[in-house]
Amino acid sequence: MGGEALWMWGAATCVKLLLVPSYRSTDFEVHRHWLALTSSLPVSRWYVDASSPWTLDYPPLFALFELLLALPASLLDPAIVRLRHGRDYSAPSAVLFLRLSAAAADLLLLLAASRLSSSSSSSPRRGAPTLTLALVLWSPALLLVDHIHFQYNGYLLGILLLSLAFLEEGSDLAGGVAFAVLICSKHLFLVAAPVYFVYLLRHYCAGGFGKAVGRFFIMGSAVGAVFAAAFGPFVYYGQMRQVFSRLFPFGRGLCHAYWAPNFWVFYIVLDKLLAFLLAKLGFNIQTPKASFTGGLVGDSTPFAVLPQVTPVTTFLLVLLAMSPCLVKAFLKPQPKNIIRWVTYACTCGFMFGWHVHEKASLHITIPLGVIAMNSSDDASHFFLVSIVSCYSMFPLLFEAQEYPIKVLLLLIYSILMWVGFSSDFSLGTVVDQTKEKGSSGGSTKNGLIGWTGKSYLFGLVAVELYGQLFHPYIFGSKLPFLPLMLVSFYCAIGMMYSWAWQLLQIVKFT
Amino acid sequence: MAKTKTKTKTKTTTSSSPDPPTSSSLFPWSSSSPSLATPTVLLISLFAFLVRVLVSLGPYSGEGTPPKYGDYEAQRHWMEIALHLPPSDWYRNSSANDLSYWGLDYPPLSAYQSRAHALLLNATIPESVALGASRGFESKPSKLLMRWTVLSSDLIVFFPAALYFVWVYRRVFVGGGVCDRDGGSVLWLLAMILLNPCLILIDHGHFQYNCISLGLTLGAIAAVLSQNELAASALFTLAINHKQMSLYFAPAFFSHLLGKCLKRRFPVIEVTKLGVVVLATFALVWWPYLHSLEAFIEVLSRLAPFERGIFEDYVANFWCSTSVFIKWKRLFSVQSLKLLSLFTTILGFLPSLVQQVKSPSNLGFLYSLLNSSFSFFLFSYQVHEKSILLPLLPASLLGLQEPQLYGWFVYYALFSMYPLLRRDRLILQYIAVLALFGLIFHSPDRSRGTKTSRFYTRKELLALPLFFSIILHFVYVITQPPEKYPFLFEAMIMFLCFSQFVSLVMYTNIRQWTLSESFSLSMRAKKHI
Repeated sequence: MGGEALWMWGAATCVKLLLVPSYRSTDFEVHRHWLALTSSLPVSRWYVDASSPWTLDYPPLFALFELLLALPASLLDPAIVRLRHGRDYSAPSAVLFLRLSAAAADLLLLLAASRLSSSSSSSPRRGAPTLTLALVLWSPALLLVDHIHFQYNGYLLGILLLSLAFLEEGSDLAGGVAFAVLICSKHLFLVAAPVYFVYLLRHYCAGGFGKAVGRFFIMGSAVGAVFAAAFGPFVYYGQMRQVFSRLFPFGRGLCHAYWAPNFWVFYIVLDKLLAFLLAKLGFNIQTPKASFTGGLVGDSTPFAVLPQVTPVTTFLLVLLAMSPCLVKAFLKPQPKNIIRWVTYACTCGFMFGWHVHEKASLHITIPLGVIAMNSSDDASHFFLVSIVSCYSMFPLLFEAQEYPIKVLLLLIYSILMWVGFSSDFSLGTVVDQTKEKGSSGGSTKNGLIGWTGKSYLFGLVAVELYGQLFHPYIFGSKLPFLPLMLVSFYCAIGMMYSWAWQLLQIVKFT
Repeated sequence: MAKTKTKTKTKTTTSSSPDPPTSSSLFPWSSSSPSLATPTVLLISLFAFLVRVLVSLGPYSGEGTPPKYGDYEAQRHWMEIALHLPPSDWYRNSSANDLSYWGLDYPPLSAYQSRAHALLLNATIPESVALGASRGFESKPSKLLMRWTVLSSDLIVFFPAALYFVWVYRRVFVGGGVCDRDGGSVLWLLAMILLNPCLILIDHGHFQYNCISLGLTLGAIAAVLSQNELAASALFTLAINHKQMSLYFAPAFFSHLLGKCLKRRFPVIEVTKLGVVVLATFALVWWPYLHSLEAFIEVLSRLAPFERGIFEDYVANFWCSTSVFIKWKRLFSVQSLKLLSLFTTILGFLPSLVQQVKSPSNLGFLYSLLNSSFSFFLFSYQVHEKSILLPLLPASLLGLQEPQLYGWFVYYALFSMYPLLRRDRLILQYIAVLALFGLIFHSPDRSRGTKTSRFYTRKELLALPLFFSIILHFVYVITQPPEKYPFLFEAMIMFLCFSQFVSLVMYTNIRQWTLSESFSLSMRAKKHI
């Protein structure tokens, strides 16, 4: 690991330290409760206990991670890990410990990112490993979600990147095991499993029939061992049904309380529009009772006009969207494309999945950051999608105190990308030598992102200004969800573009 | 000097060759771009601002500690007074204005600033500045708003001043053998000025408005360097009128400007012009108090609180450090202590003053600012630990000439405020901001050995105090001092910092005198061209 990587991680850690007193969501109490839950109850009670509304809904390896954290926590302040009396415990010691643990867990991200940025064995790209590292380690979205809102995405994404690094280096077995560990830590990554399966089947289990079967067996048993270690105890206790009901709460609606900027936003908006128009035309449209903005909605998703969407529909849609990539991975399983495919799979899950959180776009932007320096097109795309994804998380932090922080973080990151990409691909107006190099640059005329991209990003500013200034001025405290819907809708356009762009890249170039 | 000159010459020739584009991307100070690129300047400024916003999340001095609270309450109280009372009553004890409770003891410009901020607070949270009733008022929204009064002051005063300085610095020192031809190192200097951990922690953690007076001073320094002497006089007078401590710099300004005037054709006219500007600025700021001598004296007596003793707490200056052996307060009367401190202070800044009158130079001016403010810090009457911010400002401006000195100084200056910041429960911010400063200071792409300072060339001399200071950091937080000496650790911190400060100021005084000949020669040569 280079000194530069450590330097960057250190700088990011300083910012994380300064974020300790900032706002934290209920997720903080969720994780504190899980510390208490895993350390004070036997394994057999982990997925049964309901002493708090924040029941354990992550897979067992994440629970194990919490158990490991509980050990130092109980040394520092035993009150942190008290199951009943520790409820909503937020003494400075607890805040400091949990915040520091999130910052320390990011070491895994550092490890994986520095490994990925330096490993150029498979491809001659990543001319600027420093910038690549900065794109991953200084991701503003990660800071917002992990170190203000409070979650542990950093180390999970670290495992994902580590697994991708293994695959790129050609150590498929290690990559497969790492991915299995990842799924047993956060099952949301299951969406990348088809790509992994197809890729490993064709790349690892290649060669003659006997060798292929042997390798298939090796991979199967290695991955199976991880799953057995994670879920074995619950099979033993006969709790698998209970565990699954916790992990996959399909009772929740299609969309989260705040709509993630994905395909379903368009679907809902179209439904509302049609309902409105048809009602105007005199049709008798029954408006469903549960509104989308209400948070936890029941089993059926309330659409007035358009067909209802079930989890199975979304599942099939995700697979369908992913299929070109699976075909490509099947035909030409090359390590240099694996990051692109996995990212695309995550994008499909984000765009068409069931009950997607806006935070899940981290699963897209972090691996994308690794390949952002491959070409100027990749850089332009990443520039846009990272800004959109980070902006779509702004509503997570709604207090006045954090407002300048999230804006500054995004601004700084954007300028950093602008300066870095421009000088690296000699695109922008920053470097004076553009005139000489201009002819070779290609898209020099429009700078980094062209006029459509620019106007789209300016639209983002307009949306923000509307939500912050004009909406309260026009409507007062009425229609509080309108600005949020606008943010979702507008960001969904950018995410949809990103999805289509990635699909096009995969079809064309891999 | 000849040696360093050849060194810089080779440096410039190497850096003028085109760099591979890959290495020049991230760290602005490694870039070979010939101009101060706007996006990178913006990047550095925004990051420095972000750090300030992040520090402002933390607690402030005296948070939740009645009945006296701390500097936060003092500032809030001044806003309350400045908003509801007429200027004539601001410095006068009355039923509405109890001077024993955080009475206003800064010059009128500070009070005007309090009034401006009070108007803002009154428009949004009127109960936070209600006369009398708001004493000790604390709430989350009002904290946020108060924090933003400092943040905005910083953004309006200190940031433009720093940018102005760096812009002027680049023009004045490029090619003078002090600075590389490319803008990269100047960007690093900007980061060093803006990310000074002491200033950030005191203003946005502890809660003060040093950014205004220091920003005005910085603007004045930049104006001096760019030959805008009238603007410099006006700006520096404003700085003095915001915090009288800015007078620490007065000998340097006075001697440099006087020295320059004496070199011109009509020295008397030049000096008169400056004098008129200074007096006019003073008159403008003091307007409400100029109608009677009594009112004027009343304000003036508030600004010089001699009754508070020669030093406060454990400040790492001469009086406090030596009082362990010589009980100054017991041996001498206040009157004789006043004279004694005045005498030693003058003795302290006299060499640097004489040097600048004799042969004023731009670089000598920066050293002189450091030397004169340091002399005030070490020897003047009624110094508190936050006053170290004043010598720190010119030290930061010398960041490219004396990088090691600046890094060293920042570390010990911050350490000298460690007990204060611990009381404010800002240890976490202390660690983070210091680490951040260290990281930027040692950023990997920064060209090594740009200019090896003569300060502390022998590393082993540094290691021992550094080792002690690190141990003391831990000991101070973890262990209890022996009952017989409750302030043992504070005293040790003070001694350690004092020893470093003294060796530092001796070095910079010698430096100011030794650099004078060659540099003023090169200045004169330049003028002829």
